[in-house]
Parts: sequence; structure tokens; C-alpha cells
Amino acid sequence: MREEMRRDDRVFIMGEDIGARGGVFLATDGFVEEFGPERVIDTPLAESSIAGIALGAAMNGMRPIAEIEFADFIWPTINQIVGEAARVRYGTAGQLSVPLVLRAPQGGGVRGGLYHSQSAEAFFGHTPGLKVVTPATPYDAKGLLKSAIRDDDPTVFLEHKRTYRLVRGDVPDDEYTVPIGVADVKLQGDDLTVITYGLMLHHCIEAAQILEGEGVSVEVVDLRTIRPLDEETILASAKKTGKVLVVHEDTKLLGVGGEVAAIVAEHAFEYLDGPVMRLAGPEVPPMPFSPTLEAVFLLDTDRIAEAMRTLAAY
Amino acid sequence: MDDVQTDTAAPAPASTRNTDRLLEMYRQMVLCRTLDERVWMLNRQGKAAIVASAQGHEAAQIGSVHALRVGQDHFYIYYRDLAVLVALGLTPREIMLGFTAKAGEPLAGARQFPTHGASPRHRMVNLSNVVGTQIPQAVGSALASKMRGEDTVTIVYFGDGASSVGDCHEAMNYAAVHKLPVIFLCENNGYAISVPLDLQMAVDSVAGRAEGYGMPGVVVDGADITAVYEATTEAANRARSGGGPTIVETMVERYLPHTSDDDDSRYRLREDIEKAREQDPVRMLQEQLLADGLLSEEDDERIRDDAKREVNEATDSIEAAPYPTTEDFFKHVYADGVQP
Repeated sequence: MREEMRRDDRVFIMGEDIGARGGVFLATDGFVEEFGPERVIDTPLAESSIAGIALGAAMNGMRPIAEIEFADFIWPTINQIVGEAARVRYGTAGQLSVPLVLRAPQGGGVRGGLYHSQSAEAFFGHTPGLKVVTPATPYDAKGLLKSAIRDDDPTVFLEHKRTYRLVRGDVPDDEYTVPIGVADVKLQGDDLTVITYGLMLHHCIEAAQILEGEGVSVEVVDLRTIRPLDEETILASAKKTGKVLVVHEDTKLLGVGGEVAAIVAEHAFEYLDGPVMRLAGPEVPPMPFSPTLEAVFLLDTDRIAEAMRTLAAY
Repeated sequence: MDDVQTDTAAPAPASTRNTDRLLEMYRQMVLCRTLDERVWMLNRQGKAAIVASAQGHEAAQIGSVHALRVGQDHFYIYYRDLAVLVALGLTPREIMLGFTAKAGEPLAGARQFPTHGASPRHRMVNLSNVVGTQIPQAVGSALASKMRGEDTVTIVYFGDGASSVGDCHEAMNYAAVHKLPVIFLCENNGYAISVPLDLQMAVDSVAGRAEGYGMPGVVVDGADITAVYEATTEAANRARSGGGPTIVETMVERYLPHTSDDDDSRYRLREDIEKAREQDPVRMLQEQLLADGLLSEEDDERIRDDAKREVNEATDSIEAAPYPTTEDFFKHVYADGVQP
């Protein structure tokens, strides 16, 4: 964000506690000192208008990054983002654009309880006109965020808050971008494909390494973008291994996994050697607060490895 | 107040400019009323799927547009703002293409309800049917103008119904905190579809809330075009000089049902509407101009004939126009045309 704000003075950030506080996760630490309160705007606690004001600024030539402090507070923005921003281009026959990024930390496993653990990608991912990005690694987060800021369409950018501390990775200081809508094969394999994104990518890689020791070669595909979905990479991997497991933290019903499974079933059916399986969050409101209850909700490496074994043995 | 108009030619004496402006406002009011009656007729003939009428609101809409700089200031409007479009300079034909959803419709490619979409050259946005959503968007537009150091105002139109929406509160609060160059122009016609004002708010006016936000608010007779013009001019001057936002509440009357799909006899007495029509803004300005000797009977007749001819020609033209072809159905979902 800092690089993009230096590069383009149309880029600015607005959200709660992003100024002097530097963001609750310190994502904007030092920003207000460098760019001033005009471009790093601490807003009132009013998420709908954070989105609506950013949308209006985007239609008037700016490239705002609207930050929602936690994805659990993102629902008031649905009206402005799903109802409005997503249909500006279509509803004006291409006369107006919305170069807007709505950024929010999401996901659980941090003892966040019912209101600091939710995942939002499936809700926004259903909407034509939006792009939805879910980076899993620091490298991808930087490259995808740069792409989102430079994109002329509204992008919902959902970072898993547990990856902030759990995951360390090299981030080049150099200028680079990662394209939106392109999945990444994070681990090559031959026996089965695991398709995932966000925090679960890291558990899937760990589980794949365990399976490697058991003689099963697992390919791990990181979707990186929920909309547009990279059907090409999904199908290439499905056809290569013939077995597909989709893993995500979000609840299962009507979620991303169902969509990926349908794509594979529709377009790679004759390549399959087993059912497309989904391993996802249980059908309760994410996530209970107590550690024993939270652990029931959240998938871990062992449960993913077990699902991999089941599918591999099919 | 006279010097806010950006005349490129040598300025005429103030009195002449006032007269010219009043006559132009009157011409636009007559044109809008003629157009409004016509599209209502097209609806009853089955040629226009839905109509939301501006009848009774014309002075509030046209008077406020004249206080601003068309092409430079930003206009966020809502579904009842037909007269804003006329005052901005959209032609009857352009507007009627929207009511009949025909090919070449300029605001939305006939993808949206009439009057909706955008006209970038007029800096006009009318995006949504969800009331109140345009209010924070307008505040964002004003924020962008201020960030760039522009001498530009954004005006946002909304009804008394939209003033109940949370977005309205959030937007007004934000605009006041940051002293943004925005004018909140409420067209208070006393009804949110069928729900009367006393079931919408426990206070007398929307503008009365302004003090609670830390900005000025003013209530004006929305049938008095000069009063609207002056109040909006004062708000625009305040906005341009860094004084921040203003609520301008225009008290207007809605002569017709909410839309062509509504039946107002279920909730409104005929006598109330007849009484409201006594303060018809078009007739009030006509009588004033005639009484002040600024308009002759002949000129008045010519203005009315011109309006009728223009609307007749537009009607013929749009009735002959085709519906959009479908090859662009998928266009403009994304900038790069991707269809995920």
C-alpha cells in the first residue's frame, strides 16, 4: 500500500483506527506520518458509509482503499458494495468505473469468537461485477494488493488475520504484481489435487508433506482469487491427478468448495478417479470462543491429511 | 449571489441576468411538465413500463441546478428528479429513450429504470433505486474534489423517505466532520410512498437535524423557485469557500402517486392533492413573470408551443426507435470484459 500511495496520489486509505493507531494489525503503521491525515483518514465507526464514501470518491477519479477493521463488520457494506459498486459499470453502460479496494482481515483461529472470526468470500464471490481476492502468503498479498489497487473494478481483498503472525515469507522490496484471477500451484504432485486458499493453504502444504512421507504425491493449488475463479488451473490439475479435494475454513454449504467441485464435475468428469470431496467448516455460526469449541470448528493439518488419505485410497 | 454563475461572455447587468435566468427556468419548467405528462400518458398506453413523476417538484429541482455550475459541479440525483435532468440539458428525446427502454438510451444503455445511470459530461449520477445510497456516494465525490483542491461542489438530492436511512445519517455526519463541499437537498413531499411524515420522524423537518451534525440547515418553500435558487446559492458559496455542507430542505408537493404502479387513493384524500395544486410551481412562476411584465402572453404561448413540439417530435422519434440489440448483453461487467 505504501508503494502504491507513493506511486499514485489518487490512492488513499480510509477506515477505523488506521491513523495514529496504525490499524489494529498495524497494517498502516507509519502511514499517517508519511502521507498525512488527508490520505490516511480515520473514519467514524460507520462501515456502510466507509464503503459508500469510498465508492463516491472512486467514481470521482480517486483510487480509495476502504479498510473494514474486521470482516465481521463488513456486512453493513453489502448494500454499497454488492448493491451499488458492483453494478456501477454495468448500470451506466461502461461510463463510470469503480477503482475501489475494500480491505478486511478475516477468518478464525485467533480466539475471535462469533464476531471476530468470520469469512466473507462466499457472500461477495456470488456477485458479478466484483473481484474477490484471498491471499495466503506475504509475497502474494503484496503483489495481489498492488494489482487490486491498480484495477479499475471494485475488489474485495480478504486477508486471513492468522496469517499475519503465523506465516513468514520473503517479500521482495522490488516492484512486482501478482495478477488477479490466476491460481498458483504451490506444490506439484501426481496422485491427488487439493484446491484451497487463505490460511488453509499452509495446513494443506503441511498435510501434503506428511502424505509425501507416506508415498502419496499431493498437488496443492492456491486459488488466490475467488472471483474470477481460475478454471483453467483448477481443471488442468484435476485432469492431471484425477482426484480433487477442496479445503476451506468457511462453512461448506453454498460455499467456494461447491463451486469448484461443480466446475470439475462439469468439465473434467471423464478424468476423475474418485468423487470430488469437500472439507470445510461445519454448519454452525463461525466460531465459538472457547478453545475447545473453536478447535472443533477450525480445520487443522491432521484432519486435512486424513481427508487426503481417504481420497488417495479411493 | 449573482456572481456564482460562470458566464464566459462579458457579464450583463444583474437585473438582466436575473430576468434571463428566470425565463430560462420557466422554459425548463414548462418543458419538464409537458414531458412528465407525456411519459405518464405513454405509461398508460403500455409504452413506458414505469414512471416516477416530478410534478410539483420542478421548482426545487430546477432552481437548485441554476445555483450550480453545470459541467463542473457534481449532481447525485434520485428517481424523482426528472426536472434536474431537463435543467442539466438532457433533451426530451434522450430522456424518453429511457422511459421506453429503447436503443441509444444515453444514461444506462436502457439497462436501468428511466432517468437512471450516469451522464459524465453533466457530472450526473443516478445509480440506484435503493433510497439513500447516493448520499454517502455524494459525500465521497465531495471528498475527492476537496482532496484535489478543486473549487467544485457536489449536490445530492433525496426525498423525505431517504432521510430515515442510516446512510443519510452517516453521510451527513462525515461531511460535517470534514467540512466537505456538499449540499444535501431534501425534496420533502410529505410521503415515503404512502407513509406520511408523522410516521417517518418525530420532528418537524429534516433540516432541523443539521444542528446536531454541526452544519447549517435551511427550510425553503419548494414551490418558490427564487427561494430555492437563493438558498442553494448560499449553500454553494459556503461549500466553495471551505465552510462545509448544508442541508437545504425544500417543502414540495407530490401531485401524482409515488410511481405509475402506485394507487394514492388508498392513502391520500383527493382534496389534499387539489389543495396542493393551488401552489403549482409552474403556474406560480408564470403568474409572477406575467405580473412583473417579464413575460408576454405571446411569449408564454410560444414557450408552451415549443415545449409541446419538442416533446411531440421526441415522442415520434422514440416510438420509431428499436429496442437494444442483445450483442452487448455481457459488456461492461468488468473493465477488461472478463466473464468469470
